[in-house]
Amino acid sequence: MPGSRPPAAVLASAVVLSVTLAACSSTSSSSSPSGADTKPHAGGHLTFALGSDPLCVDPHQAATNDAVYAARGLVDSLTDQNPATGKIVPWLASSWEVSPNATAFTFHLRDDATFSDGTPVDARSVKENLDAVVQLGAKSIFGSGYLSGYKGTEVVDAHTAKVTFDHPNAQFLQATSTTTLGLLADASLRRPADSLCTGPLIGSGPFVLDGYTPGKSVELSRRANYKGGSGQAGHTGPAYLERISFKVVPESGVRTGSLESGQVDAIAGVAPQDEAGLRSQGEKLLSRPNPGVPVALSANTSRPQAGDIAVRRALEVAVDRKEVVDTILSGSYRPATSSLSSTTDDYRDNAALLAHDPAAAERILDAAGWKPGPDGIRAKNGAKLDLKIILAPNFGPNQSVLELVQQQLKKVGIGVTLRVLTIADYQQAQKSGDYDLAWGNGTRADPDILRTAFSSKLLNLSHIHDTRLEDLLDRQASAADPAQRAAYVADAQRRVLEQAYQIPVFEMTSVYALGSRVHGITLGSSSQAQFYDAWLS
Amino acid sequence: MRNYLLRRLFQAVFVLWAAYTVSFGVLYLLPGDPATIMAAGGGDASTVTREQTDALRHQYGLDQPLAQQYGTRLLHALHGDLGRSVQSGTPVTRLIAQALPTTLQLAAAALLVAVVLGGALALLASWTRSGPLRRLLLSLPAAGVSAPTFWVGLVLVQLLSFRWRVFPAFGDEGFDSLVLPSVTLALPGAALIAQVLARSLRTALAEPYIQTALAKGAGRARVLFGHALRNASIPALTLVGVMTGNVLAGAVVVETVFARAGIGRETAAAVTVQDIPVVQGVVVLGAVAFVLTTLAVDLIHPLLDPRITTTTDRTAVAA
Repeated sequence: MPGSRPPAAVLASAVVLSVTLAACSSTSSSSSPSGADTKPHAGGHLTFALGSDPLCVDPHQAATNDAVYAARGLVDSLTDQNPATGKIVPWLASSWEVSPNATAFTFHLRDDATFSDGTPVDARSVKENLDAVVQLGAKSIFGSGYLSGYKGTEVVDAHTAKVTFDHPNAQFLQATSTTTLGLLADASLRRPADSLCTGPLIGSGPFVLDGYTPGKSVELSRRANYKGGSGQAGHTGPAYLERISFKVVPESGVRTGSLESGQVDAIAGVAPQDEAGLRSQGEKLLSRPNPGVPVALSANTSRPQAGDIAVRRALEVAVDRKEVVDTILSGSYRPATSSLSSTTDDYRDNAALLAHDPAAAERILDAAGWKPGPDGIRAKNGAKLDLKIILAPNFGPNQSVLELVQQQLKKVGIGVTLRVLTIADYQQAQKSGDYDLAWGNGTRADPDILRTAFSSKLLNLSHIHDTRLEDLLDRQASAADPAQRAAYVADAQRRVLEQAYQIPVFEMTSVYALGSRVHGITLGSSSQAQFYDAWLS
Repeated sequence: MRNYLLRRLFQAVFVLWAAYTVSFGVLYLLPGDPATIMAAGGGDASTVTREQTDALRHQYGLDQPLAQQYGTRLLHALHGDLGRSVQSGTPVTRLIAQALPTTLQLAAAALLVAVVLGGALALLASWTRSGPLRRLLLSLPAAGVSAPTFWVGLVLVQLLSFRWRVFPAFGDEGFDSLVLPSVTLALPGAALIAQVLARSLRTALAEPYIQTALAKGAGRARVLFGHALRNASIPALTLVGVMTGNVLAGAVVVETVFARAGIGRETAAAVTVQDIPVVQGVVVLGAVAFVLTTLAVDLIHPLLDPRITTTTDRTAVAA
């Protein structure tokens, strides 16, 4: 097996863990209480350690959270999304209208916004930017999905832009709050797309790009003449921080140690096993579940065993999600309670459908004719119940989680075989269909991610053919009325769980650790760290 | 001599072409699909649409027939254009030019530390009259060879950076940031040099000419440094040549642990996401380095030891 050996990085973090624990007992860094220093003030240079190279800091092309941290500071968007309520709030656009079938969106822009080169942000900028993202095609991984069916943008007047699509596209409103559809100045849009990844970039945001050195760092500095601040920011006007340095530090143990020893001010990608140590050192932990599809086992319904709804339903109730979170992960993580994670817009709690109930799992399997064999594993018509799970090591604890799930399933007579694959092999297996269950998740703040994951018109790796689900997914995509859309999304979430196309386990979570002088870092609707309100004491 | 150099040049071109072609073949035999990896951002492919992957494949020419892709890339490579990174769109030559100095610094520092540390250990072990001390010193290399590089690195970083805060834990700016990674990378090499040099020093010190020198009244220092070391150092020097390769391989781990933006980390990242142009660029760079070092070694060898002279040269001329 090419991928069955754990990567060096995983081993390395295990070693760092043991060394860190040994070091903890003797050193006690007393974090001085900030006392009088409790009001935000301007100035200061924040150093933030990233887990991976951003690769591309062009907001339109940025594809990972590690790229979005910097990109978010460079551009403002038409709208912002309230991470607590999912509500879309004004930013560059002070108001908007959506046509009844969600094919046309009209935005009314503020008239005082400018790019960092002094040129105004107007309706024409909206058109130029959306056209540019469409031009990027698949190079803008997210943009190509957000703008699917884009007909064009009409500049109605200097501060009114009307965006139209050739089919209903309700998710577009949330998409306008993302960094991907943030606004860059003409000067940047005129340059070839390939050259934008490393800058220079001129944007509409509170920070400007001083430089990006691939594999190493991104440097931002504050823009003095910034007038913005979205409808939900903590202040208006220029950002507080004078400078931000994002440093690439791939090894999670080194990030943790660098924060504890004061070499950086804050870190992303805190490993679950490092959380307790950081807390005991007096560092603040900041976490939020990623919106979208939770970490789940997606069934390949074209296979005989995974295609049996009894088997899938039994899996849903045989997995003890709480035990997974309590023993393998950390206090920052939550068990999954629906086919969307709890921070996704229009999420509904369906915990009842997923309640741990091994007796029920056995009843379902008995009724469907899966009888226990001599080794405790069930069989039907001579075929042993043995499901092949594929996983990639893209999240450290993946294998430990699934080994625990394997034990839990064995108790009700379901056998599983784990196949740890490289990312490339994993994706290949997903395509070829040589698996029963695939372990993974997907991040998006808009519930339309359900359509991407389960519509039979799209990639449909689960081979689902469910006209009722398809209808619900289509309806939510064309519902301009938020309440109506939420109702369709609720039904779709439930349908996915009732048919057990996917067995959600836990919510992928972004975990950050902040040194004691760092204040005001907020987490956006995709759980990404935001620095506009941040300040140092 | 001119014929010899011409032949070497021809060999070099062949090695470069072979490295390029074999790496192309291997990368295409890998099961993954670069377009899917790109679209899924290194994660789950179930939330990616087919339009996205098809469009990416088309944009990067991955949908053309294999022979055509190979031909186009090779033609561009001949003009010094190694293409652009599939991940970031940056020209491969620029990526390599940015990462190379970091790695060269690291490799040079590590080789220096290895030679000094390994040499000092072997000399000290041969110098001391205390039996227990000698045995202790001679047992150190075995430990050095068997400790995994990343483990040593993490222990060093834990103590010297996180705890005592003497050196920075990561980065590649300034001399301070070079200390921990180069020591980490140097330890296995230092151990090897110490072992080899100590053994050949022992052999040399038992030679009759040492007795002669001592009988003539030379001091211990002069015998050790002036006579024995000179003869004993040839195997160790050969070893340094071999180690250059090991140091570059070790850079993959060390650059990851110490967050240095060098060739090693660039390669590891590119292989994971099947960024074919970058991987091929690094392979070509490796081949160039290999060709240059072997050429240098072959040309320098006769200068060091007149007995080894020009056997290759003569056959070359004869042929």
